[in-house]
Amino acid sequence: MSHVRKAVRRAVGSYYGSKDGLIQILLDLQSELGWLSGKVLREVSRQLGVPATRVYQIATYYKAFSLHPKGKHIITVCMGTACQVRGAPTLLDRISTMLNLKPGETSRDMRFSLETVNCLGCCAMGPMVVIDGVYHSNPSISQLEEIFESVK
Amino acid sequence: MVNKKLCSPEEFEKLRKDILSKKDPNRSIVSICTMSACGQARGSLNIYQRFQEEIKHAGLEGKVEIKGTGCQGFCEREPVVIIFPEGIYYLDVSTEDVPEIVSKTLVKKEVLERLVYKDSVSGEKVAKGAEIPFYKSQSPHVFGNNKYINPRDIGDYIALGGYASLHKALFQMTPERVIEQVKKANLRGRGGGGFPTGLKWETTRNAPGTPKYVLINCDEGDPGAYMDRSLMEGNPHSVLEGFIIGAYAMGAHQGFIYIRQEYPLACENVEIALKQAEEYGFLGEDILGSGFDFKVKVHRGAGAFVSGESSALMSAVEGKVGEPRMKYTHNAVEGVMGKPSCLNNVETWANIPLIINKGANWFNSIGTERSKGTKIFSLVGKVNNTGLVEVPMGTTLRQIIYDIGGGIRGGKKFKGVQTGGPSGGILPEQYLDTPVDFDELTKLGSMMGSGGMVVMDEDTCMVDMARYFINFCCDESCGKCIPGREGLRVLREILTDICEGKGKEGDIEAIEDVAELMKDASLCAMGRTAANPALTTLRYFREEYEAHIKEKRCPAKVCKSLINYYIDPERCQACMICMRNCPVGAINGGKDLVHWIDQEKCTKCGTCFEVCPPRFSAVKKISGEPVPPPQRTKVIRKKGG
Repeated sequence: MSHVRKAVRRAVGSYYGSKDGLIQILLDLQSELGWLSGKVLREVSRQLGVPATRVYQIATYYKAFSLHPKGKHIITVCMGTACQVRGAPTLLDRISTMLNLKPGETSRDMRFSLETVNCLGCCAMGPMVVIDGVYHSNPSISQLEEIFESVK
Repeated sequence: MVNKKLCSPEEFEKLRKDILSKKDPNRSIVSICTMSACGQARGSLNIYQRFQEEIKHAGLEGKVEIKGTGCQGFCEREPVVIIFPEGIYYLDVSTEDVPEIVSKTLVKKEVLERLVYKDSVSGEKVAKGAEIPFYKSQSPHVFGNNKYINPRDIGDYIALGGYASLHKALFQMTPERVIEQVKKANLRGRGGGGFPTGLKWETTRNAPGTPKYVLINCDEGDPGAYMDRSLMEGNPHSVLEGFIIGAYAMGAHQGFIYIRQEYPLACENVEIALKQAEEYGFLGEDILGSGFDFKVKVHRGAGAFVSGESSALMSAVEGKVGEPRMKYTHNAVEGVMGKPSCLNNVETWANIPLIINKGANWFNSIGTERSKGTKIFSLVGKVNNTGLVEVPMGTTLRQIIYDIGGGIRGGKKFKGVQTGGPSGGILPEQYLDTPVDFDELTKLGSMMGSGGMVVMDEDTCMVDMARYFINFCCDESCGKCIPGREGLRVLREILTDICEGKGKEGDIEAIEDVAELMKDASLCAMGRTAANPALTTLRYFREEYEAHIKEKRCPAKVCKSLINYYIDPERCQACMICMRNCPVGAINGGKDLVHWIDQEKCTKCGTCFEVCPPRFSAVKKISGEPVPPPQRTKVIRKKGG
């Protein structure tokens, strides 16, 4: 059995094959595989017995899903109101220049993906950046350089 | 595995006595905010680990308890370390401070003056949390227990009287009586709608059809608000207890918790809390031997602001796309799978155990005439003390921003406060004395919403803020109804033009026309209120719009297309710092030669402005005036040089 089929079977199984679990199943697959390929979406549709159009509708509606492979390191800049007021746009510009990536892009060597998020709920300490799941409160240029260097 | 399930009220009572008998009130407890994403961002986990090492080293193991708690409120000064039973608060603690805290405070019971709160005006030092101005004016009924609780230990919650309200509801009250109490308490929905909770419960209970469902809305999508996250991370059992009481009152046996996946720690803690509650028999079949059954499922939201809207959230729980639907009938009558369903916000549920325990009269004694109880606000933005604050309804904006928040950062001038998230508005200085509750802010064109409060100073451009919110809603709109989808798109185009210096006569009137149409014709509340940020800024800061349109000037010097960076040759000391940091090499000059910016190359990233040493302050932002020509050959003679 292929890798994709196995992963989908596991995810579908943990919600007992219930159609209500579609969003949860896709979330689990997104976090396990890093992105949702056409193959994955078709397999979910087949195993869960849900039309492929509906699986595709969900996968394109929500922000958590990516239909493209992502980089090894994911940098997420929070653009919530509190971060916005405290300089998130400048921080995003700066990271964008440093990595030579626009928000939403992945570097060609698949090393970095730059993303934005509406709010991480760390509003008291903005602007916030999450790098590979680790939260950083208002990092300076040299701190960022150090972090990017360390994950290379 | 030991069976911990409690099968009768007597067993619950015995368990509580057991837990309390093991707690020594004189034992030292070090409380650190490790169960919150922002505490972790400031390194609270490292401090926790360091305390473990140092306490072991000092031979205090077993004598001192280190507690990893959820958010304690004073986020600006994280990591905060609280020492109980004395109640000493140490702020901005680093790992290097830990050995001294252990040797001085824990061993010798001395207070470390350098780590306590210092009043910025009088210089007075305050060690006790209750006396720190940030905490002094608060009434932390819902949120205050966070500092005593390890959210992953149900015992901590029970020790503070947790689940006693559930016990009371199940064994001393009928479901009707519970609803009557909630109605009498005049509790209104904390998610922003302000709908009377008791009425919603009654409608759900009386609606024909079974099964009935209850839901927790933890899809806190409002950017700038984080009280729901902090409650779910820091005290999940208080929310669960209210939830179970509600289910009992409405006759529901299945509940759903909708929680956004952007809050991984909250998701984790709530799963642990559910598991523990089930182990102890507060959830599942025959709860505490009462014969009442209730099960809960967690549904992680996949990132869509509009999914926090009640009908959209219910669609999502069914595994469908989270789009709002027309509400010909209330969700209380036809909700999840077409069955009677009651959705309440996290904070609303967390108020229920208090009302059951202390009574409706107590709850009515707090707040204003039409808004009872307390409200948690996330006080953020350009204010000195950012954090979560819980105050009685009716507290004024000024009290919150100045008495608790300590005023504006860096001695700047207050300009506006944004409340209610993307559906709210921005209020100017003349309304600072407005009491905050469900009705007062609405009268001014804003709303209290779920409690986000973003403070803005003179460096914030109000047109840019309006554009930010419209842009946010535009991205988040589901696209189902035309007023919502196209109205927002048109507003975004006009506002972007104004910010980019392409504004023209008639733009302001066009915004007003579109906003009115959206208000009347949108499908859901998001569309109906999405224009509020644009409308309130137009109402209170119209002159800024006019400066952008007529003079092509951004008074706050924010809108990139309307500003230029310029180095004042009289102040430049030719230190080369800005030259070295400019990412595009737009700065010319050299050693001993005054620097100047090549305006053609400049991307207006602001790096030079930031790195120029404050004692020189040579880099200036200008707007609406021509950039003076560079003095290419001016030589600097350095002091002593």
